[in-house]
Amino acid sequence: MSALLEVDSISVSFDGFKAINNLSFNIGEAELRAVIGPNGAGKTTFMDIVTGKTRPDSGDVKWGTPPKSLLRMNEAQIAREGVGRKFQRPTVFEDQTVAENLTMALKAGRNPFAVLGWRPSRASADRVADLASEVGLAAQVARKAGELSHGQKQWLEIGMLLAQEPRLLLVDEPAAGMTLAEREQTTALLVRLARTRAVVVVEHDMDFVRRLNCKVTVLHQGSVLAEGSLDHVTRNPDVIEVYLGR
Amino acid sequence: MTRQPFILRNPSILVVLALLAVFTVTVTALSQAYGSGTVPTSTVKVLGKTLCLALAAVAMDLVWGYLGILSLGQMAFFALGGYLIGQWLMYARTEGIVAASLAQNPIPPTPAELQEGVANQIFGVVGSSDLPLAWSFAHSLPLQLLLVLAVPGLLALAFGWLAFRSRVNGVYLSILTQAMTLALALWLFQNDSGFRGNNGLSGLQNIPGLEAVDQATLSVWFFWASALALALAYVLAAWVVSGKFGSVVRAIRDDETRVRFLGYPVEGFKLVVFTLAAMITAIAGALYYPQAGIINPAELMPIASIYLAVWVAIGGRGRLYGAIIGAVVVSLLSSWFTGGRAPSIHLPGYTVNWVDWWQVALGISFVLVTLFAPKGIAGIFDRLSGILPPQRHGRDLGPDQGALQEQEAKA
Repeated sequence: MSALLEVDSISVSFDGFKAINNLSFNIGEAELRAVIGPNGAGKTTFMDIVTGKTRPDSGDVKWGTPPKSLLRMNEAQIAREGVGRKFQRPTVFEDQTVAENLTMALKAGRNPFAVLGWRPSRASADRVADLASEVGLAAQVARKAGELSHGQKQWLEIGMLLAQEPRLLLVDEPAAGMTLAEREQTTALLVRLARTRAVVVVEHDMDFVRRLNCKVTVLHQGSVLAEGSLDHVTRNPDVIEVYLGR
Repeated sequence: MTRQPFILRNPSILVVLALLAVFTVTVTALSQAYGSGTVPTSTVKVLGKTLCLALAAVAMDLVWGYLGILSLGQMAFFALGGYLIGQWLMYARTEGIVAASLAQNPIPPTPAELQEGVANQIFGVVGSSDLPLAWSFAHSLPLQLLLVLAVPGLLALAFGWLAFRSRVNGVYLSILTQAMTLALALWLFQNDSGFRGNNGLSGLQNIPGLEAVDQATLSVWFFWASALALALAYVLAAWVVSGKFGSVVRAIRDDETRVRFLGYPVEGFKLVVFTLAAMITAIAGALYYPQAGIINPAELMPIASIYLAVWVAIGGRGRLYGAIIGAVVVSLLSSWFTGGRAPSIHLPGYTVNWVDWWQVALGISFVLVTLFAPKGIAGIFDRLSGILPPQRHGRDLGPDQGALQEQEAKA
């Protein structure tokens, strides 16, 4: 399997604290991966590096075939390359309607003049309607996103990610603040999405990870501690000591 | 998909244009030049200048109300527009006068002699007789009009590129914009900057080539031009902030990091809006100062830009008509209260003289609007048309997951 994203021995430190220490990580074109680890293991910093928010002190992040480095790109360029990111707290544009939020995320020209000349078409309206019904917000398209409930905002954000049609989806604690039924819906969606693209899920909740039924990477103190199936890594004595044993 | 025409989707445009047309026709019908003469020429000039200020406020609303940048240097672009049109007005008029006086000589003057005479006339007041480099195009109206757009546009582009690229935001960006206009003002105050120091440019109300037209007629012409510019800029601004572009711009205002992760080049959007607003403001200035007659570097002091922000805040930012309402209402009230015509309030033991107390009243109303009516006067129209902010009681009070909720805090 050819790697879509290849993180090659990156390190980054903040004021002397090594948040990421010689971390290497690969993910294929259509793969679901869960990243777990205790607080401060570097999970979010890892996402920040891939999405261009943080620059590593050393190492390289290669993307696609032929591989090109993501380190020279800014956040917007990386997003245009096809890296989508779902934040821990739902971040939608509360002052705008669900339809406007989705329209903004639709895959289309991103430079100011292309956006100025952009006109809605039947195709774009249909796509927005499809996305809204896919995330269960068909009845809310005309409402302002700020009026939605916490769970609905999470779904709207997922809808916006789908609209971007990313090749790699980075999802930060998707189950936080969701009900059991919503968690099951989310798991099903993530598994389905991973058939056509790479999905990396950062999660605390072991039950949630178990339901994803995928390869797991355990981070500890900024580097990979173990990798494999959930059962494999939970039997690993190191993992038990630093994470599960507590 | 059938889409309603742009104008119909934004009915406020029609209302604004209709009101502006009625206002223009009324003022014309009451003017000394074209009507009954009920409205004196000086008032026509005040109203024309007010329309220019409203135009600058619309541009300010684009930058502040939509893009979220509280620019405290917008009036630098306004004054630059005035200076650039003033250069031609002053040069061409002085050239006419010098040519007339040199025509008495037995030998007709050479172009060099003519230019020297003009330079002497204009710059004698700052002890210079050379025409500065910045006046190279002052002889030509088309070139100088081009500069009215180009110089403020390029300044905004360069300033914006430097500031936005280093991701300066919020209050730091406001301070930077204020520093820009202050630096420009201090530079223009110097006699050797080539713009007549603190004397500024004067006599701008006399339009070269139109000496035969009296001020009563000219004032109405400028009033028309200001109204037309306001109408066109309003439609342009409304078009820019409608649709997906407006959506992205408002999204940048609310959460620019998230917009970056959607793949939009945030800096590019900021530059486009900031530069467009600077050019609109420059046009407003180029129409304002011929009506005012004089421009000097004091016009670039930060206080002028702060006033502009106050107008937009009181009128209602994030609504283009709010900016117009704010600029018109507050600037007309300002000139009424500070003009000495407002009746003083006699309290026992103290007399409230509005010339002294107006600024205090304006300051207090700014604070009150910010606290109690963040949408300003335009918020009244929102309320009438039923647009209400979502009432979401019971939300978390803090950003953490375990934060108390509103009802818990009350209990």
